[in-house]
Amino acid sequence: MNEKIRSILGEHARMPSDPESLSDHADLYEAGMTSHASVNVMLALEDAFDVEFPDRMLTRSVFESVAAIESALNELGIGAAA
Amino acid sequence: MSTTAITGSAFLESIRRIAEDVAKPNAEEVDREARLPSEALAALRDERALSSFVPDSLGGAGVSLEEIAAACFELGRRCAATGMVFAMHQIQVASIARHLDDAPWFESYLADVVKEQRLIASVTSEVGTGGDMGKSVAAVEPAGEGLSRFEKQAPTVSYGQHADDLLVTLRRGPDAEPGDQVAVLARADQIELEPKGTWDPLGMRGTCSPGFVVRAEFSPDQVLPTAFPRVSSESMVPISHILWSHVWLGIATDAFDRARAFVRAAARQKPGQPLPAAQKLSHVMSELSLLRAEVGLALREFGEMSAEPGRERLSTMASALRFNNLKIASSEQAPSVCRGALGVCGIVGYKNDSPFSIGRHLRDSMSAVLMVANERIHETNASLLLIAKEV
Repeated sequence: MNEKIRSILGEHARMPSDPESLSDHADLYEAGMTSHASVNVMLALEDAFDVEFPDRMLTRSVFESVAAIESALNELGIGAAA
Repeated sequence: MSTTAITGSAFLESIRRIAEDVAKPNAEEVDREARLPSEALAALRDERALSSFVPDSLGGAGVSLEEIAAACFELGRRCAATGMVFAMHQIQVASIARHLDDAPWFESYLADVVKEQRLIASVTSEVGTGGDMGKSVAAVEPAGEGLSRFEKQAPTVSYGQHADDLLVTLRRGPDAEPGDQVAVLARADQIELEPKGTWDPLGMRGTCSPGFVVRAEFSPDQVLPTAFPRVSSESMVPISHILWSHVWLGIATDAFDRARAFVRAAARQKPGQPLPAAQKLSHVMSELSLLRAEVGLALREFGEMSAEPGRERLSTMASALRFNNLKIASSEQAPSVCRGALGVCGIVGYKNDSPFSIGRHLRDSMSAVLMVANERIHETNASLLLIAKEV
């Protein structure tokens, strides 16, 4: 799942740095992901993992790091092996 | 038209008195001369109203947001510029008070706001960001001797020249990305304002909002501990939209009141005769009541979300959409009510020197769509709508 998230970030987060080089806890917004880009990341995550993020999860903090995204997906029943 | 439900508030009683006795008699001159409503601001300082939203624990009056919003309405009804300056100042106070995170510098700063009734202006907009408050060009830079500095090109700073202090958004540091923002409170004696351009606008002339190059040197303690994106979504944006819309509701309400006074005067002259203006007035009233419903509901919803532990709901996209919609709807509805009132009064409404004049209301209310341009907000909404579920 970690790999898949990073590849989605690489495609949609439009950060100046390579997502592969960021730690799991690095702040993606500080790394340059704009709120506009984060919407595309969310859409791509929903598509790739076949989930829907409910409104309560659509906040900045849920998508602020690779680890935060992983735990959000876990909460929606997606296991680490995905 | 009576609109505020809150009764028995000593704070609101004094605000109503200031609105009626000080703001109203000076409103025309403030508008004509595009000067600060200094008499009303002095009266608000005398009543210690500039610190009314500072929590009791920090020496303030701990007045509720509902009362502050009602005060914006009351002042806006008599002098829109006074209402808007008051609203903007309270937005800065609220943004600090809700996010100071026990930081000693900010606690002692708010104590000074109480003691000295300091007026705070904001420097959020910036040349080169395309109107996006979530991005900054200017950054916090090292200035030597442990100090920091910034230089920001601000296209408008409302009452900038008259404020004691400025709350400024900046990138966190020279290498930070545009969206990695902090808010800095710079005090008057640390600030250099270089005026850019003049101030001769269509309306809201008393807010005195020309552009400036703003420079300041300050201590790192003056950076608000909470990162600005969170301050923005939990407080600054929703509270701005709520307090601004109360000022706009005030403008629209007074325009309606003038139209109603006109209709009554006409009816008294010709009792029993058909009165087309009365029917037009009914149309204006239904528009005004829509505006009032939206403004009041948004205030209540914000109060509910704010009271929840962690204020999590305020960070959601659904919440951003909700308060963006308040801004769009109220900024379009308020001038529409004023236009309707002008239609009722006809030529006497069009004249500037008649008691039924609607000109100032119409001009003031037309600023609403520009204070964060509505198209910019639609652009944000468009992106949020791709993913938000319940709207």
